[in-house]
Amino acid sequence: MKNTQQITRAMQAVAASKLRRVQTRAEASRPYADRMAEVLTEVASRTSGSAHPFLTERPIKKRLLILVTSDRGLAGGLNVNAIRAGLTYIRQGEDTVLDTIGRKGRDYFRRIGVPIIAEVSQTGDRPELKDILPAVTVARDEYLKGNVDQVALLYTHFASISKLEPTVRVLIPVQVPERKEGLRVDYLYEPEPEEVLARLLPRYVEAQVYAAVLDNLASFYAAQTVAMRNATDNAGELIDDLTMLRNKVRQATITKELSEIVGGAEALAAG
Amino acid sequence: MADKLHVDIVTVEGRRFRGDADFVVAPGSEGELGVLPRHIPLLTPLAPGSVRVRNDGEEQLFFVSGGFLEVRPDQVTVLADSAERADDIDEARAEEARHRAESLLQQKLSDADQAAASAALARAEARLRLAELRRRRRV
Repeated sequence: MKNTQQITRAMQAVAASKLRRVQTRAEASRPYADRMAEVLTEVASRTSGSAHPFLTERPIKKRLLILVTSDRGLAGGLNVNAIRAGLTYIRQGEDTVLDTIGRKGRDYFRRIGVPIIAEVSQTGDRPELKDILPAVTVARDEYLKGNVDQVALLYTHFASISKLEPTVRVLIPVQVPERKEGLRVDYLYEPEPEEVLARLLPRYVEAQVYAAVLDNLASFYAAQTVAMRNATDNAGELIDDLTMLRNKVRQATITKELSEIVGGAEALAAG
Repeated sequence: MADKLHVDIVTVEGRRFRGDADFVVAPGSEGELGVLPRHIPLLTPLAPGSVRVRNDGEEQLFFVSGGFLEVRPDQVTVLADSAERADDIDEARAEEARHRAESLLQQKLSDADQAAASAALARAEARLRLAELRRRRRV
């Protein structure tokens, strides 16, 4: 029992340090994402709303869900909650095909027979953009080919260590971010704005998915830290209980032996 | 002091460079561009090539495989694609991902597997409820 407790305590420490590392990586990707969003807002304001298929809403007949889960377990209810959110999404609306990032979601939906058109897993604890690009490329192509009319993204958002929120968001058609006050810049475009927009949008979508994968990974380590802390505490309680039980048993044995000895001595004295 | 450009070279994975410059040269998709301080605002895609950042007579070189160049009068931002990026490689990898999913689907699932799956989920949910209860009891 004490060994188990040592293991869970070590796993807790490892998960906590990995959580910090993932948060640093998420932080590092912010400058790109922020500037990308600003630039996109500017370009979109200079082009018509139907300048690119990624900006055009169309009647939804079929949907694609990019489902981000972790590859590994031992993370409390993290994946169960994400899968449940996925089930809700699938049930409430048009037909859905899945594009999974991470093993847990893939395995579950494969078993219950939801079509999975692409999957990426084993991206490790340091995912790079190129690791997840295949999944994004498939989603983008399906949308451009007209096979699906909406691409959504489901991942677990790390709000705080005790607040992990399964989040569903529409990815394509792209929702252009609102303009912040005083950021208006009148660029000279080379080539035309429409052409720049067509090149920006795919990058913007990729950056969103990449951010979601990092966010989900942060949630995974947070969930693991908490799960292992609970396990360590539970092991602690069990150790206390078992120690108590052992002492009681030992005491009972001693008492019994003592009473036998006393009983024997009395019998001898009486005899 | 003469005007300087604030230069940022960022990728989705992190910042690669931040510093001042007198002059920046970048491989614009329509041709090589030189940027001096007080340049008019400009937005252009980048072709694969090198970005040169010159400051006080010293020059630094960065390879980009594509991306965007955003210029403001006192600021140059390079939104670079990661260096490994190449569209043909992406396509091949996307195809791989699709094949993997297909071959997974083709593996027939027995009723036993289905039962195992729902049992696993039920177990996980039970565990969750238990954890929830325990947490409440402790408070």
